[in-house]
Amino acid sequence: MTAMSSHTGSTLVKRGLADMLRGGVIMDVVNPEQARIAEDSGAVAVMALERVPSDIRRDGGVARMSDPEMIQGIQAAVTIPVMAKARIGHFAEAQILQSLDVDYIDESEVLTPADEENHIDKWAFTVPFVCGATNLGEALRRIGEGACMIRSKGEAGTGNVVEAVRHLRTIMTQIRRLKSADEAELYALAKDLQAPLPLVREVAETGELPVPLFCAGGISTPADASLVMQLGAQAVFVGSGIFKSDDPVRMAKAIVEAATHYLDPAIVAKVSTGLGAAMKGFETATLEVRLAERGW
Amino acid sequence: MRRIGVLALQGDVREHSSMLERVGARVQWVRRPEHLAELDGLVIPGGESTTIAYLLTTSGLRDPLGVALGEGLPVFGTCAGLIMLACSVSDGRSDQWSYGRLDVAVRRNGYGRQVASFEADVEVKGLGPVPGVFIRAPRIEGVGDDVHVWASYDHGDGEHPVLVRQGSAWGCSFHPELTSDTRLHELFVGAVDEALR
Repeated sequence: MTAMSSHTGSTLVKRGLADMLRGGVIMDVVNPEQARIAEDSGAVAVMALERVPSDIRRDGGVARMSDPEMIQGIQAAVTIPVMAKARIGHFAEAQILQSLDVDYIDESEVLTPADEENHIDKWAFTVPFVCGATNLGEALRRIGEGACMIRSKGEAGTGNVVEAVRHLRTIMTQIRRLKSADEAELYALAKDLQAPLPLVREVAETGELPVPLFCAGGISTPADASLVMQLGAQAVFVGSGIFKSDDPVRMAKAIVEAATHYLDPAIVAKVSTGLGAAMKGFETATLEVRLAERGW
Repeated sequence: MRRIGVLALQGDVREHSSMLERVGARVQWVRRPEHLAELDGLVIPGGESTTIAYLLTTSGLRDPLGVALGEGLPVFGTCAGLIMLACSVSDGRSDQWSYGRLDVAVRRNGYGRQVASFEADVEVKGLGPVPGVFIRAPRIEGVGDDVHVWASYDHGDGEHPVLVRQGSAWGCSFHPELTSDTRLHELFVGAVDEALR
């Protein structure tokens, strides 16, 4: 048979990779060694970055895209997908990351925003994007801009799951509200959500986001992973929670098993046993900077 | 009604399940060894093969599933599922293992990383064009004598098999479960029916 026409960068292949990551754990790594530990422990993907969120929080200053050399070192070290972060609105960083062949770009509030009005026009890229959201309107605005995966934001670098739960519950509650709305109500609901009407209608019909919904920001134990999966997350991002714990290898493996067996408390109990200390973490009321407030 | 398992450790389990239900199968998610009992067939979904392999080991499924496959349990693997069924895997981890149920050699991410992921129609024997969604797809680089090639595709660098069958085992490089075209799932469930007759 002769070659047939093919096309790259379609919505289906971009959202499709997110579908393949479901039930998995995406781990933040800062060097090839950590990336290998993540892969050995069953991570579905790694997020390559120079500093994990808790260190960004501690160090302050402007947080930017990582050095390409560091990203390439991680790409060479593992066989699983490699993601990297660009600043909100910084499409030039995103162009660089695409040229490096990263598998997913996270337009992330963990880095210092580059544009306070506009997010990146993600339709213009072949590489897919994940974006954070604290509520359904924010999620649908990002999807309207071309995001192919949404992660609830939580509060990165805190080791405290409370904000992740708040954002996930908000999104799920708002989805349920749309599902029970009649056709006439959808217009006002779209206005309240500040979200595109066609996407609002789609959510009302299907009862879920048009792209996979993952959870990030503060997950630091197997029990946290089980909690957010039961609340409706389809996979989890773990940032500081693994490599800031006492025993990163065991913690990574335990969270991977908990994300799969989240409905089986006996298995979550088994993997939680004798894990050593999780990352110390912060009470969110004491934070000076709230990363989740970045992006709009 | 045929009872088809879907290995539900990680990946696009939901899409396969809804395809199987649409073609009239009863679906059993497989997460623990006891879920393998009384299955007429099994689907190994797309996902990350390293993660699925890791979770097969920790869940205690690795050996019982190997026994079931050895005894001829009909199986259909897509993408990562194909990798799990292959005899030889290149560009994988140094300790990458697979069941060797299909006598094929595959190269992980053989069509490139995500920016090279693509959609193209694939001509399947007896079915005509079927939409193919290739996502960081494994490339089949060699097939044994007992393997029947049901579809090949030329991505501009020579023809490679993309859908293969060896007895009751099927594998494909792409993701029929991400489309609305149920014909490959029908083909598999039909073959399961035939084997039971």
